[in-house]
Amino acid sequence: MAKVSNQAEAATAPTFYVTEDDHAHSGGSTLLGFWIYLMSDALIFATLFATYGVVSANYAGGPGPRQIFELPLVALNTAMLLLSSITYGMAMIDMEAGRTRAVQAWLAVTALFGAGFVGIELYEFGNLIAEGATPQRSAFLSGFFTLVGTHGLHVTFGLIWILVMLVQVGQKGLIPENRRRLTCLGMFWHLLDVVWIGVFTFVYLLGALR
Amino acid sequence: MNDPSLWKVVFGRLSWSSFPFHEPILLGTFIVVMLLGLGLLAVVTRLKLWGWLWREWLTSVDHKKIGIMYLILGIIMLLRGFADALMMRAQQAIAFGANQGYLPAHHYDQIFTAHGTIMIFFVAIPLVVGLVNLVMPLQIGARDVAFPFLNNLSFWLTVAGALLVMASLFVGEFSTAGWLNYVPVANLQNSPDTGPDYYLWALQIAGVGTTLSAINMVTTIIKMRAPGMTMMKMPVFCWTALCSNVLAIAIFPVLTGAFALLMLDRYVGTNFFTNDLGGNPMMYWNLVWIWGHPEVYVLVLPVFGIFSEITSTFSGKRLFGYSSMVYATVVITILSYLVWLHHFFTMGSGASVNSFFGIATMVISIPTGAKIFNWLFTMYRGKIRFELPMMWVVAFMITFVVGGMTGVLLAVPPADFVLHNSLFLVAHFHNVIIGGVVFGLFAGMTYWFPKAFGFRLDPFWGKVTFWGWVIGYWIAWTPIYIVGLMGTTRRVRHFDDPSLQPWFVIAAIGAVIILVGILGFVIQIAVSIKNREALRDTTGDPWDGRTLEWSTTSPPPAYNFAFTPVVHDLDAWYDMKARGHERPSGGFLPIHMPRNSGAGVILSAFALVLGFAMIWYIWWLAALSFAALLIGSIVHTFNYDRDYYIPAEEVARDETLRLAAAEA
Repeated sequence: MAKVSNQAEAATAPTFYVTEDDHAHSGGSTLLGFWIYLMSDALIFATLFATYGVVSANYAGGPGPRQIFELPLVALNTAMLLLSSITYGMAMIDMEAGRTRAVQAWLAVTALFGAGFVGIELYEFGNLIAEGATPQRSAFLSGFFTLVGTHGLHVTFGLIWILVMLVQVGQKGLIPENRRRLTCLGMFWHLLDVVWIGVFTFVYLLGALR
Repeated sequence: MNDPSLWKVVFGRLSWSSFPFHEPILLGTFIVVMLLGLGLLAVVTRLKLWGWLWREWLTSVDHKKIGIMYLILGIIMLLRGFADALMMRAQQAIAFGANQGYLPAHHYDQIFTAHGTIMIFFVAIPLVVGLVNLVMPLQIGARDVAFPFLNNLSFWLTVAGALLVMASLFVGEFSTAGWLNYVPVANLQNSPDTGPDYYLWALQIAGVGTTLSAINMVTTIIKMRAPGMTMMKMPVFCWTALCSNVLAIAIFPVLTGAFALLMLDRYVGTNFFTNDLGGNPMMYWNLVWIWGHPEVYVLVLPVFGIFSEITSTFSGKRLFGYSSMVYATVVITILSYLVWLHHFFTMGSGASVNSFFGIATMVISIPTGAKIFNWLFTMYRGKIRFELPMMWVVAFMITFVVGGMTGVLLAVPPADFVLHNSLFLVAHFHNVIIGGVVFGLFAGMTYWFPKAFGFRLDPFWGKVTFWGWVIGYWIAWTPIYIVGLMGTTRRVRHFDDPSLQPWFVIAAIGAVIILVGILGFVIQIAVSIKNREALRDTTGDPWDGRTLEWSTTSPPPAYNFAFTPVVHDLDAWYDMKARGHERPSGGFLPIHMPRNSGAGVILSAFALVLGFAMIWYIWWLAALSFAALLIGSIVHTFNYDRDYYIPAEEVARDETLRLAAAEA
């Protein structure tokens, strides 16, 4: 009575209920949900890019991009972030292969590159503020510090997340939950790379051309 | 106490003068609210309900309970927002010529700001989100949403935001810069007090909740539909919920970004929206309206879905033009993102830009008009049952069409140059929001109440609510249309021209009639609870419904469906009834469910303290609560034990009881 899953029977009396064990919650929801979250985050960056675009020439008598940007430093910074994305990719390959130790090692390397990136950015910000190019000085500088700083803040949260994952992978190993979390973290980390390409191009390269 | 610098370190800019001891209106309100609150706490303590409240409700991850809590929040905040409305109406009805009315200008400005903020962010959004939460998973045949814990967290973040707005009534002051907290009024230089900070922190915290909730709902609809339910077999309410939440994800980050920039201006001294050093206040207007205009559709689309469900059910017919309804919804979703500039045609962006946005705005009326015709054709030759939900639909169609037409009128840039910031505009958006969103929410609450609680709402008091709102709306807002057309501007506390006074007196009378409607609703709920045995519905399907939420018992079990339904047709439940489905009475299986969690309440409490500390410049507390928020979130991720199985025997016992009740 309860089981009407037979195909031939279904043709005459349609099945209205799933009477067998169904596996509702799966990791697929989490990945999709996280992906949508990343898109909402991308929109925050879009807002900051648009605002920067509107105010990027409002120097208010203060320094312009050509006076303050040091492209070699930014190139080094970009290299740090791009390398960290590659090493994160290595961690994912090892995750697929189930090598816990290697995953932890690559995560640690990724964190080092990320920390290097944040460190260089803080050094750059410190120099600018010391020169008097503070966020308060002009709308251009407000936009610059906020856009680049928000990206840096995201990387910092990514670093905290990597540390948490190092602990959790250490405690529980590469169980499905941790794999799912590492995949989400990976998407987050790579998105920051993509955003940085935008920052590098629109803020630094185009700024140096002004 | 004697050392001002020590006081400042400990309490920031909070001082005794922050409390409104000198304002009798506020002090009176404060005392009443405190007494009511303490009374409520005493009752809960007396009846020893804290444990039950914590286990069954506050920490619940059940989408139905979260939906109900959202609805309660929305109704409570409606009372607050409507009290503001009555105060404004009273002020405008008497403040003519020598009479300055009873509200000082600064207080009046806070009232209209709080009214708009509360009505949109803490009434309309919670009520819409609440109904989507309550109904949508049932309609798609799911057992819960995709992220049950996130759902709980979203709700409590919204509550934290609402609490901050309420706190501003008694500690410090609220913003005076209008419901979108406009610069330059909201700049630090012009509003150095706590007003805009209360606004910004309340809405940032609540906004995170709304964004997370929208992500949750979209994922749920995409991933968790019952087998057989393809996108084009999904109930219209789910379609509108999907589009509304996709839109919310597309706009709330922009609002978050705009508010964050204004916060930086106010806290760090950056120059985004200032008038000097290169700042651009109009950038703020553009950003908040990129959120603001689509937000109207975030609210009204699900309501269109509610009307569709009700029209089809109470006409006893399949919805006319289902696929055109879906396409209209999608087109509105996309177009709504392309019209924000019509809120400030007067900015001076030039004829070409204004023409684009004017035409885009007018085009939106086409899919909306298609929807109206679809509802009319659904009713055509239907066996219409004029029960309360259906009455709301008819009132909506008549009222909303007028609001839509004045909207098209305002979309013409030259006309808008005359009507910009006039009371005509204010009457227009109240026309569409009351006539559309509010009527729809009442229709939806009346329609789904028996599903949520297992008994119907009392029809007599429902009719009092209905007529109070419908008659009250027309009497309150028609005069405002008229004075607006004559050129009266909005946000005005005092008038010189005595010939306008009769119109404002009529409007105030209308507001009192709406009050009858609101009180009628509160009484309706009380009376219905009292007479619940007489109003009891044991079938689970009191309206002869067509969609899956009516296929389970009322109130539904925690797991919604003992067996997940299989969908063959649009109007799946109608199809099941027509083809003689049989509910399985045996062979129950254990059901996988998420566990309750207190983390949502706790994290939101930290967010509330963080907001309060930042508003009052209590830096140590802000740092502490931020650290608590961060560490609390991390600790929460170390909890891997998040779900459990309801054993098959328990499901069997529960289902047998429910079937017996239905047959008795």
